Amino acid sequence: MTQLLRLTGVACIRGDRLLFEDLSLMLNRGDALWLRGPNGAGKSSLIRLAAGLLRPAAGMIERRERRALIDEAAALDPEMPLRRALDFWARIDTVDGHTVDRAMEEMALASLAEVPVAMLSTGQRKRAAMVRVIASGAPIWLLDEPANGMDDAAQARLAAAIAKHRANGGALLLASHFALGITDLAELDMGALA
Amino acid sequence: MTALIALFWRDLRRAWGSGALWLPVLFFLLVATAFPFAVGPDAPLLARTGGGMLWVAALLAALLPIDRLVRPDRDAGVLDQLAVRGFADEVIAAVKIAAHAIGFGLPLLIALLPAAALLGQDGTRITLVATGLAIAIPALASLAVLSAALTAGLRGGSAIGGLLILPLAIPLLIFGAGMLDPSGRGAVKLLAATSLLLSMIGPFAAGAALRGLRE
Repeated sequence: MTQLLRLTGVACIRGDRLLFEDLSLMLNRGDALWLRGPNGAGKSSLIRLAAGLLRPAAGMIERRERRALIDEAAALDPEMPLRRALDFWARIDTVDGHTVDRAMEEMALASLAEVPVAMLSTGQRKRAAMVRVIASGAPIWLLDEPANGMDDAAQARLAAAIAKHRANGGALLLASHFALGITDLAELDMGALA
Repeated sequence: MTALIALFWRDLRRAWGSGALWLPVLFFLLVATAFPFAVGPDAPLLARTGGGMLWVAALLAALLPIDRLVRPDRDAGVLDQLAVRGFADEVIAAVKIAAHAIGFGLPLLIALLPAAALLGQDGTRITLVATGLAIAIPALASLAVLSAALTAGLRGGSAIGGLLILPLAIPLLIFGAGMLDPSGRGAVKLLAATSLLLSMIGPFAAGAALRGLRE
């Protein structure tokens, strides 16, 4: 089965406002879809719908595989050293330490392993969240503004990680204001839906 | 299962980390210390009323940490990340209740000894209070996590949390303190029944509240 995520006729209402309706999309292995559009167009809501954190007001969402999510919250205990905070999620995802090591190398965080999460900068925290996503091994990546606060080098690493993920048969739903230099990217303009 | 254990240890570590372990315990001892000053050094009176006072103090001590049971996890996105991984909200609530029961229950039972001594309780009464508290702790933890989940989305939630929990906790207080009354033979059974009921409802009610936080 190559299909990982499928939304059929989905509508989303937040508060009293209809953000979008009758939205259908499909992610196969290797696919990447870029959600773009102005603030409040419903990019984050669509990500949360796909993650299963929101229920659609109408329509159907099918997920065939595990998913990993990045949103504005890092979900890493601030008082913990980075490595131990990531190890908690590795235990939750039942992956071993080597997987975390490799993911930390990939995002160039190995040197910060002993630094408490609270001391990290915004960009470093985003990279740490990305380590969690990479290490989880989930085939569906749902990334909401993953590059916020990242410098150019970190963005390049992010793009490389995404390329590797897709080459391994993963799929990606990306909400972002810019394309992060990812090639072969399908687009969905959320601004045009309203 | 490994994941649930990791979750449990994280909650316990956060409960006991940075000295937070001592907060409910200190509070409990504080009440036990202040009470004799308020009612005067009348040993028979203290012995008679002290047991009930210990129960009130234990109830309030259970409520003390509700601010940090759910809200920090919600704000940090931990609850969302767990939901994305397919954990049922009821399971998360049950783990949180278990961690809170151990995290505050064990130190409380230890602190009971000096507190009971301060209130002039004899060995039999200390045993009765300890037994009662041990029975009631799962229910108190359930109520604390429930009210923490209900109020996590509100500002100043902990004050409202106390009000929410009080009516539900009153049966525990009545039957728990009732065990100390020489005529209260059935109280321990009623206490156990109440505790069982609240402990059973807790994970489901708190789980529903956690689900509500995402909407």
